[in-house]
Amino acid sequence: MAEISPTVHEPSPGAFEPLMGHQRTQALTRPSLSYWQDAWIRLKANRRALISLYIVIGLIGFTVAGPWLWTVDPAAQDLDQISQPPGADRRATLVERYRPWDGSSVLPLEPGLRLAAPPTTQAVRLQWDPMPGASGYRVYRNIFPIATGDALGLPLAETYAADGNRFEDRLDLQPRTYYYTVVALNDEGDQTPARETLDVEVTRVITIDDALSRGLVQPGSDPRVGDAVKLALHPLGTDYLGRDMLARLMYGARVSLFIGIAAPFLFVLFGVIYGSTAGFVGGHTDQVLMRFADFVIALPFLLFMILFKIAFGIGPGESGILPLVVSLVLLLWPGTARLVRGQILQVREEGYVNAARLLGARTNYLVMRHMIPNTMGVILVTLTFAVPSAIFTEAFLSFIGMGVAPPTPSWGSMCNEGLKTMLTYPHELIFPAALISITVLAFNLLGDGLRDALDAKMRSRE
Amino acid sequence: MSDIANNQDDFTRSAGRQLALFAALSVSGIALLMMGLSWASSLTGSGGVSEGVDPATGTVTLALREEPPQLDSTLSTDQVSGMVLGHVMEGLLRYDAHNHLAPGVAERWEVTDSGATFWLREDARWSDGQPVTADDFVFSWRRAVDPANASEYASIMFPIANAEAINQGEMDVDELGVRAVDDRTLVVDLERPVPYFDKLTAFSTYYPIREAFYRATKGRYAADADKLLYNGPFTITRWVHGAHVRMEKNPEYWNRERIQIQVLDFPYVTQDPNASLNLFKDGKIAYTTLTEENLTEALVQRWDLNRFMDGSVFYMEFNFREGRITRNLNLRKAIQAVLDPAELVYRVIKLPGYLPGESLFPIWLQGEVRPFRQEYPPPPRITDPERGRDYLEQARRELGLDEFPPLVLLTGDSPISNKQAEYYQETLNRELGLEVRIDRQIFKQRLAKMTAGDFDMVMAGWGPDFDDPLTFGDLFASWNLNNRGRYSNPELDSLVRVAQNTTDQRVRMEAFGEIQRILLENAVILPDYERGLVYVVDPQLKGMVRRVVGPDPDLTNVRIVEG
Amino acid sequence: MMWRYTVRRLIQGVITIWFIATATFVAMHNVPGDPLSSDKAVTAEIRANLEAKYGLDKPITTQYLIYMGNLLKGDFGISFTQKNREVNDIIREHFPVSATLGILAIVFAGLGGVLWGALTALYRNRLPDIVIMFLVILGISVPNFVFAALGQLGLVNVNDLLGFSLLPVAGWGTISHMLVPSMVLGLSTMAYLTRLMRSSMLEIVSSDYVRTAKAKGLPASRIFSRHELRNAILPVVTVLGPAIAAITTGGFVVELVFAIPGLGRYFVQAVQQLDYTVIMGTTVFYGAFLVLMVILVDLLYGFIDPRVRLE
Repeated sequence: MAEISPTVHEPSPGAFEPLMGHQRTQALTRPSLSYWQDAWIRLKANRRALISLYIVIGLIGFTVAGPWLWTVDPAAQDLDQISQPPGADRRATLVERYRPWDGSSVLPLEPGLRLAAPPTTQAVRLQWDPMPGASGYRVYRNIFPIATGDALGLPLAETYAADGNRFEDRLDLQPRTYYYTVVALNDEGDQTPARETLDVEVTRVITIDDALSRGLVQPGSDPRVGDAVKLALHPLGTDYLGRDMLARLMYGARVSLFIGIAAPFLFVLFGVIYGSTAGFVGGHTDQVLMRFADFVIALPFLLFMILFKIAFGIGPGESGILPLVVSLVLLLWPGTARLVRGQILQVREEGYVNAARLLGARTNYLVMRHMIPNTMGVILVTLTFAVPSAIFTEAFLSFIGMGVAPPTPSWGSMCNEGLKTMLTYPHELIFPAALISITVLAFNLLGDGLRDALDAKMRSRE
Repeated sequence: MSDIANNQDDFTRSAGRQLALFAALSVSGIALLMMGLSWASSLTGSGGVSEGVDPATGTVTLALREEPPQLDSTLSTDQVSGMVLGHVMEGLLRYDAHNHLAPGVAERWEVTDSGATFWLREDARWSDGQPVTADDFVFSWRRAVDPANASEYASIMFPIANAEAINQGEMDVDELGVRAVDDRTLVVDLERPVPYFDKLTAFSTYYPIREAFYRATKGRYAADADKLLYNGPFTITRWVHGAHVRMEKNPEYWNRERIQIQVLDFPYVTQDPNASLNLFKDGKIAYTTLTEENLTEALVQRWDLNRFMDGSVFYMEFNFREGRITRNLNLRKAIQAVLDPAELVYRVIKLPGYLPGESLFPIWLQGEVRPFRQEYPPPPRITDPERGRDYLEQARRELGLDEFPPLVLLTGDSPISNKQAEYYQETLNRELGLEVRIDRQIFKQRLAKMTAGDFDMVMAGWGPDFDDPLTFGDLFASWNLNNRGRYSNPELDSLVRVAQNTTDQRVRMEAFGEIQRILLENAVILPDYERGLVYVVDPQLKGMVRRVVGPDPDLTNVRIVEG
Repeated sequence: MMWRYTVRRLIQGVITIWFIATATFVAMHNVPGDPLSSDKAVTAEIRANLEAKYGLDKPITTQYLIYMGNLLKGDFGISFTQKNREVNDIIREHFPVSATLGILAIVFAGLGGVLWGALTALYRNRLPDIVIMFLVILGISVPNFVFAALGQLGLVNVNDLLGFSLLPVAGWGTISHMLVPSMVLGLSTMAYLTRLMRSSMLEIVSSDYVRTAKAKGLPASRIFSRHELRNAILPVVTVLGPAIAAITTGGFVVELVFAIPGLGRYFVQAVQQLDYTVIMGTTVFYGAFLVLMVILVDLLYGFIDPRVRLE
């Protein structure tokens, strides 16, 4: 504050000398903030939006950097570990390659139902003594002990008495206890009360060839039958073909986020060009352009998504990502176009634009200085909100079998696969569903935050 | 300050009361609306909720896999329609509870090399009480071969004299070799000796249609429940499209004593295995099939599980058209040597009903005296990646290639074919370094691509039309339109002709044995599996029959046992 | 004034429907594959007859003209998979089911959204607000097929626990069949509307006229219902149009999971079967329906909010 003295005093001659150079005038304004600086400050103040932003950055990191850190091939099938939940036991024993069974037994011949060889996940070989009057047998396997009157479990096969009273089970054997039952069949193939049961403790094995080819044993060492090895590690478990869930989630993230970000980016871009053309040119062109946009908006979205998906078709070996993105762009651009046109028309009539024009600003300047900053906020917000809906659309299409083509993983298709095994292996549903939810939520909250932060009207209110 | 807070609390409380009122009004409004809508939708839905098996009313409730697409027996091709038709119609002959051929509308019959005669029973009646006559068969059989009617199953009538010529528009429909001598005698002339012709007459395309009734429906025959005339064990009494099919015991059926239930109700139409599972768990349907994913749940529920092989065979077919590298024998053998159907079935598909594929001819087919596969065991297929790589090297030299181009594997969009394609792709890449491109297409698009030859390998399958090895045996004849890979081998062609033109079963079976050998040794096809299913039936329901050929499941013999 | 506006909107609507029909036709005729193929190969003669039956033997422009002509008569043709049924029959039989489901879902979503939204605004930052907003977040961020599957699973387990069927797990036809599917269908819309209602309420609570009303000493109940609730609902009504569109087509998932014989499920099946006429018929029908709904909602809004003048 300059002081004003109450006393009158004689001016000295020096008082009339002009000031030299600039003397700083007092600064009455706050430091000038650009639009984006201001928006950033607001965004930072919004805790939820900020966390969402970090999550989005984290997701992109997961997508881009993930496959560098976790270098497991998402397509590699580990048929010894199918649908394993996270943290499953990985111990296994080395064995020879599978050879068809000639019916001989390497174990002592006990009466009744017995094992002919040590039971492993490769095969369980059962033998039994003939039951009186049986023309054939049905073999069951259960994972629960069988009490009287209980169900016997999975019917594995029927054998004829002539086949030598033996059966080899190779079906999806897990390292656990199984309860086998052999039931005698009469001449008509109906079950008789004659039956025998056997508890079998199956151990997990892997062939030496497989262990070598998967690098489970040190090269150079001499692996022998009976050696213990540890199977490959799958931190988030495996899917229905024994593929690593973590690796697939990372690749799925690439697909889902690519669709989720590329499609909105493209249709917003197209919408901006279309809308701003209409808004600038005005007149008849505007009318025609916007009428066409109205038509496209009226197309029932999901029906046309499906229609376009089948019309574009997916060629051999293609993932089907491109047709999906193209369909999304074809159907969703008019929303942005309308919005941008509205903004442009509004901004064009604003006083400051007229003032700038009166001052001789050229179109280029108007566009760069006024139009873009004033529509950018709206565009950015639209973009952020479009991401979750694109991700949802992909998931929905996967659910009805119209999504990306296998073996390409996407979160949506993984969810769809996971739904089928929901009761038995919930981890196959929970991980992709959680990732979809987190992503959708993060983009939604970020969008809210951006809308609040970028709303030009809000700047004046504080 | 506290005063303001108090005010605020008052406001909140009062507003809360209003919201509660609003909520109460909303709930009652919704309830009213639902009642109104419920009344309106009783016209489009299945109505009340009944239990899967209801002993009091003799009702058995099941779910349909899809809306029956076509109940006109001369046009119908699919399984669901076949199942429904099998319960409401009856042909000259039928299959009994033990899958043996039994008299149907015909009480006696005689098949010779040149023809067949059927004597119809007196008490066979349509659901309107009129007798089923020989003319009804003549009418429907003519319709089935009439090119104007464009039946996709016309070829199953081709054993009848002139049928093929009529179907190709070279002859008039009246010249079909079938005539009604009188109301109760039907005489058929055969084009060539057909030892299994009696079995064919149990097939749905051979069912009768009464001409007068057909004309009266004015082109809407079989479009609704009242646009059909029934001569089978049940009649359709209610058909809400896409939602509900209800069948009731047919009082006019000649063998009505055989039928022990009153109502067969299908108030659900769903393909979703989880929906069926949940309906069964809830006791609302009496039967459901189980997917591999639901087996553990079924074990937890302690259900009595059954398995059944539906008789169809699935295999990988190669493309033999000019310019395709899959014409090369060694390439095919290389692929044959690394793909293991046992691993596919036991590790990937994981359903107990499935059997690793060994041959084009499934195990249930009868040979001359014993099952065909026991008389003519297929050569064993040994998985040996080492040999596979040798074959591949030879193929590389023969084809003069440095690098194999990617192979296109055409496949359908069912969950199992997805798994299978992904498994094959990875195995071929790992063991042979071949790049496989999966071309997954919806059903019709896959068929179009198969017909156009737009593939290197295709996952195909075939279900039997009749109970004779020929239903599979002629698939790879060079003239067969279903031979989508255009495999052509004069030796195989002549074997098919032998099997078609003789009635000596030994000669025929030898021919099929040779066909089996040629297909496997030349790796024309790689058998994947024989399909099976695991299912569970309500313990109160007994006597459900599964069929490889004909309507499946067959519920005409079921009875309800309370307990 | 009102009439002229309505008529103009209707004319625009008709042109829009024409555009939808043409777009559908173009898309459909670019679909690779062949609707007439079947798993048993047929002879050329039979194929020619089938093509003639569906008019596929004619040049594409002729086909388009015939299609448009039939459309004017309201005739969508005969289904390719159910060869003795007309597409009109199929729509007539299945659309009411989808519509019932949709109406209920909209009502659930609308009433629920207003209720929860008002509640959260009232108890801002207190326990009800936090709990409801957490549920809203779940509703917005979890795909609806997951909800549908979980909903059905929940029903099975509840019935199992009770020992009798409280509500059916699938199927259609009675009130009890409708409850859970329509709730699942309305869930995400309800969550969206709750958020909308909440922010709209918060804005109005701090508005001048509410402050005036309070200062005047109006009774709390009157302020809440007359001023706050009523005005806050307006933005909710504006988004009802898009919400109807989302719900009618979003019914696919719910219909598939709960085995409901609606048009959405039928459409998905028709696509898998490449049933040209059903696909085209359903798309045009839905398109026309949505166009009509948007016009109706716009007109309705004009009645509710006198500030909006129909230009």
